[in-house]
Amino acid sequence: MATEFDQTLDVKGAKCPMPLVKSRKAINDLTVGQTLRVLATDRGSVADFQGWVKTAKNIELVAQETVQENGTDLYVHYLKRTS
Amino acid sequence: MTTATIDTTDTTQKTIAEAGTIDINTLLERISVLEQRVAELEESPAQDLENQVSLVVFSGDMDRAIAAFIIATGAAAMGMDVSMFFTFWGLNIVKKQKVYTGKNMIEKGFTAMLPAGAQNLGLSQMNFFGAGAAIMRKLMQDHEVSSLAELVEMTRELGVRMTVCDMSRELLGVRDEELMDGLEFGGVATFLGDAARSKAALFI
Repeated sequence: MATEFDQTLDVKGAKCPMPLVKSRKAINDLTVGQTLRVLATDRGSVADFQGWVKTAKNIELVAQETVQENGTDLYVHYLKRTS
Repeated sequence: MTTATIDTTDTTQKTIAEAGTIDINTLLERISVLEQRVAELEESPAQDLENQVSLVVFSGDMDRAIAAFIIATGAAAMGMDVSMFFTFWGLNIVKKQKVYTGKNMIEKGFTAMLPAGAQNLGLSQMNFFGAGAAIMRKLMQDHEVSSLAELVEMTRELGVRMTVCDMSRELLGVRDEELMDGLEFGGVATFLGDAARSKAALFI
């Protein structure tokens, strides 16, 4: 069930648009086909990543999930570099 | 007119002749490629553009909000997809109540000073501490123009996507329970994801 990934980016506490900006940088460092796991506490990041992949040419949003961590919601995004 | 046409043809022939290297087969090949491309484009006239309009509602002024919601309801009525993104003072429009409990001093101050809800907004000009807005509401009623509150309700009935900027919500100390139901929470990419594919994008 767990989605596979190659690297993890921790953007806990970062607010819009920083989760995106940092993810963009991290994805540029991946090789094609690799997947980045992003850990965010920003609630807006869920809709943000969905909006981003609508326009981005080389990113696929593989999965998104919300998990509990220390009583707060943690938003986990899996982004795959496709080219 | 006829002379002009002949002149053009002559120029074209001259250009081809000057180029020298292009033979008829290459030209035919190019034409067929172009014809194919045109056919492709005709099949899907706006490949990436959806029949959609996106609005950033930044202002919390009553008059600007009316403009935004008239465009939104109008577009939705025309069958377009509509996406509204509420940020900063625009949040005032989609509030349903004020909540003070659990807020710090600054947040309480913001809550006290900012209007909550479409029926409580001020005008951007000639507001005169709310008197201008009251006159405007009266005028709208007299002229049988839908009130802002009605327009807001209508956009919801028409299925307009309404997203609240979660960052500015937090900044202004607005709690979820102060906002209308059925709103989404997002950020800049939520708006841009819609706006980039829209035929019109407006900042109000």
